[in-house]
Amino acid sequence: MPHVITQNCCNDAACVSACPVDCIHPGPGEADYAHTEMLYIDPVTCIDCGACVDVCPVDAIAPDFALTPAMRPFEELNRLWFGSAR
Amino acid sequence: MSPLDRLTVAVVGSGPAACYAAEELLSTRGLDVQVNMFERLLAPWGLARYGVAPDHLATREVISTFQRTAARPGFRLHLNVEVGTDITHSQLMDQHHAVLYAHGCAASRSLDLPGEQIPGSHPVRDFVGWYNGHPDHVDHSFDLSHERAVVIGNGNVALDVARILTSRRDRLWSTDIAAHALDVLAGSNVREVIVLGRRGLADAAFTTAELIGLQNLRDVDISVEGLSGDDDSGEGQEYGQGLRGAPAINAHKASLLRQLSGRDGTAPRRIVLRFLTSPAAILGDHRVAGLRVVRNELRRDSSGRAVAESTGETDVIDAGLVLQSVGYRGVQLAGLPFDDQKAVVPNDAGRVLSASGGQAFEPGTYVAGWIKRGPSGVMGTNKACARQTVAAVLADHAAGALQAPDVGGSSLADALSGSDVVDSSGWGKIDARELSLGREQGRPRVKLVERAEMLRTARS
Repeated sequence: MPHVITQNCCNDAACVSACPVDCIHPGPGEADYAHTEMLYIDPVTCIDCGACVDVCPVDAIAPDFALTPAMRPFEELNRLWFGSAR
Repeated sequence: MSPLDRLTVAVVGSGPAACYAAEELLSTRGLDVQVNMFERLLAPWGLARYGVAPDHLATREVISTFQRTAARPGFRLHLNVEVGTDITHSQLMDQHHAVLYAHGCAASRSLDLPGEQIPGSHPVRDFVGWYNGHPDHVDHSFDLSHERAVVIGNGNVALDVARILTSRRDRLWSTDIAAHALDVLAGSNVREVIVLGRRGLADAAFTTAELIGLQNLRDVDISVEGLSGDDDSGEGQEYGQGLRGAPAINAHKASLLRQLSGRDGTAPRRIVLRFLTSPAAILGDHRVAGLRVVRNELRRDSSGRAVAESTGETDVIDAGLVLQSVGYRGVQLAGLPFDDQKAVVPNDAGRVLSASGGQAFEPGTYVAGWIKRGPSGVMGTNKACARQTVAAVLADHAAGALQAPDVGGSSLADALSGSDVVDSSGWGKIDARELSLGREQGRPRVKLVERAEMLRTARS
């Protein structure tokens, strides 16, 4: 039951520092950060603590059970960044 | 207190890069920091207020982060002050240890198409500024009597404009779009917006997230045109084959676009994402009547990159409005070096390089945001960018390399005595007035757009 980053992501990466299990990528320290369209949550590693939700300045993150139909496609997008095999 | 325990910095501009830089400076532990932020307009927050699309209200919410920065002790806002006109770089240097420029890109790139001067052809910046109530752009007029509009370029700004042009009045009402734009758009005849991209799917400049957002629109059909039968611009890989990272996202985006190819809908308005098409000339006599376009094909250059090459095959799109959305461009500010080729202030990790060339630095002078690295990235990209610059300021200060302000000389108030400065409390009154107008009308906010009214409100 992971959290999901959705359309509004602004890449400010406040969530990356807030995440206790380092499951949000690419962070500002990674090569992909400069060109990435948005940031993604690894659904396998996410522990659903919600720390990222509190620090997101643009309300882009929601737990998967609270996704609206408009946000639903982002579940797949988050998963894809980490490889569809997972 | 050691002289190194205090640091005063002028931040020029008040958009995201400026605000992130101010936050980074003011949250430095063990240092007494003063930030004076200077903004030319009567409202702060730059593109967060005047660039972000009005229907992206959650993105606009980033402003509450900036408001927290502005509430920090040590922060002072000086609106209605244009650096280079009302106060010079050297006056700022006299009053601060450092001057950090984050004033962004004030001009638009252009393709220099024949017919660009014909009424009905505009840089996209004019249209975005107009619907967002930017005081420099509120007097533009846009002819929306033709049923078709064309946007040249297919970045996220192009999609913003396509959405606004195809939104019904009730949808716009729930946004903070400027009232004058709402009225004009409510009477618009535009039923189709064509968004042109010169290359193929893989080079679509809009993000996957914004494409998904577009597909979520009600009452608007999204269609993709112009793909060639052998279009391999999806990297030749179908998504879902165990790709990771950006290649997986790009393949997914291409797959979403292919599903939209040639789709015909029944909605009253539609947005067409047309690929492999370049503009050749804007047509019309006294007003825009259309756009001549050329069909491209993709060729691989020696490094294997896909490049668009004209097939020579032309076509005319009938349209009454043509908006060029091909990027922004920095302009030179008095007293600051400028690289005309790259349209940025030459710098090394935020330290401004001397105009005389070589590796010498302009003492105490820094840049962040678009004027530092060019107009790319999304809003939050400016946070890491500003952080890098502030690290340079702090390191130079700690090394004793920054000249302390001349406390015995004239003050900042003296330097600004000829200007009609509006401070945080003046802005607070404008902000409160806008929110109260919004409440009265059942809208999130109704922006004040006229300078005189904004000044009057700030002084009330």
